Amino acid sequence: MFEKILIANRGEIAARIIRSCKKLGIKTVAVYSDADRQAKFVDLADESYHIGPAPVSKSYMNIENVIEAAKRSGADAVHPGYGLLSEQASFAEACELESLTFIGPKPAAIEKMGSKVMARQTMKDAGIPIVPGSSDPVADVEEAAAIAEKIGYPVMIKASAGGGGIGMVLAENQKTLKERFPDTSKRAAMLFGDGTMFIEKVISRARHIEVQLLADSYGNVVHLFERECSIQRRHQKVIEEAPSGTVQPDLRKKLGMTAVKAARAIGYENAGTIEFLMDEEQNFYFLEMNTRLQVEHPVTEEITGVDIVEEQIKIAAGHRLGIKQDNLKINGHAIETRIYAEDPYTFYPSPGRITSLKLPEGKGIRHELAVRENAEVTPYYDPMIGKLVVSAASRKEAIQLLKGALDHYHVDGIKTNIPMLKEIVSHEQFEKSNTLTSFIEDYYLKGIRNQKEKEKSK
Amino acid sequence: MTEVKATMAGSVWKIIAEKGKTIKSGEDIAILESMKMEIPITSSSDGVLKEWKVTEGDFVDEGDTIAIIE
Repeated sequence: MFEKILIANRGEIAARIIRSCKKLGIKTVAVYSDADRQAKFVDLADESYHIGPAPVSKSYMNIENVIEAAKRSGADAVHPGYGLLSEQASFAEACELESLTFIGPKPAAIEKMGSKVMARQTMKDAGIPIVPGSSDPVADVEEAAAIAEKIGYPVMIKASAGGGGIGMVLAENQKTLKERFPDTSKRAAMLFGDGTMFIEKVISRARHIEVQLLADSYGNVVHLFERECSIQRRHQKVIEEAPSGTVQPDLRKKLGMTAVKAARAIGYENAGTIEFLMDEEQNFYFLEMNTRLQVEHPVTEEITGVDIVEEQIKIAAGHRLGIKQDNLKINGHAIETRIYAEDPYTFYPSPGRITSLKLPEGKGIRHELAVRENAEVTPYYDPMIGKLVVSAASRKEAIQLLKGALDHYHVDGIKTNIPMLKEIVSHEQFEKSNTLTSFIEDYYLKGIRNQKEKEKSK
Repeated sequence: MTEVKATMAGSVWKIIAEKGKTIKSGEDIAILESMKMEIPITSSSDGVLKEWKVTEGDFVDEGDTIAIIE
């Protein structure tokens, strides 16, 4: 087992990883930028190293600085968390070169799944259903229009190197496609250093269903069932739950087996997630694979009792998976809401100082937090300041618990999305599991617009 | 005279419109950046961009005046 792990990340996920390390008796090393000197995760670690100024390109995404800190600290492994360097094959390679174990898959698997075009081709070859669209990179706007004509509008214009909802744009018809394709490609080149684009058909009335996987280096692969993450804004998840409110046992088995097959096809190791889009007839299509720990991993932990971070560390240390598929059972229902520092109506970020923070406590309530009272939420990083996770015997009871917990979740000094979360979880369509990826637009935003119209006409 | 105000807190990523130019209502004049999100700032009226109250890289709070249109 490792003696010391460096966490190449920040915020709530750094704190989360430190917790599992402590449980395993492993020492922890935090790295931080100028903006995170006072951050909670830095205090939680046994040691910490400053790695540069606030912008991520100069600190958390600066491979040289992170590796340098790992060497200075004498760490024997690196956990990349999610985002930042977690899906950069070059970082995993740099770790290997310095004899640091990268807690994640092999660089080749990261690379294969990191290019969305290559991932689609790989999965298609493995017999996994993929979203209809282009199988090769789209050269220019003319080719994009030709493909869209063939598969039918609306289509998504996507960056091969994109992810996390960034680098994708909807085109309803040929006119908007022609307008938006060049800009989206240009933006992708600027943001990801790769302007390669592809086209996918929009699956209408879709749900986002994903399967959590664990794979060791001896060829053992298990799935930890599905999560439903359909409630999204700006193509980013807001509410996630496990299990899905609509997936029945037969479909669950099929989803799990398909995901395991996908992982085997690429010789995957460590924790990973296969994301699917599911249509109204419950046909599902491969969307992408996340070759890392996910933000929403706690809901799976709650229903299976598996500590996913602990498993990641053990797998990376060369242990065999101690979990057998047949021994995994779903126990109750868990829901996670992401707490974002943002305006609940425009979704614009709201940085600032948290003057007061009061959290709900009680049975079935779990917090993952990036902040504490008097913390400064800076404009440099993602707006997520915490996650509220509830678990109960049934979906209905979990929703009830969540409503109460949100009522007692008070953040002062900055704006948060809590008012929106409250509205969503008390909506009858949410209670009925009528959760499509368009939920926020269909019910929440439309409701706000109607309210405004009413006020105007008064 | 109209003051164009910041719709969110963040840094001024890009100034698009030039001082002295005629601006139409709804036209983007600057882009703010915060928490990995870019938000265009649009003019709420027609007129001439008389003065910039910020430069690129400045940090603004929600409601701060960014430019003056006359």
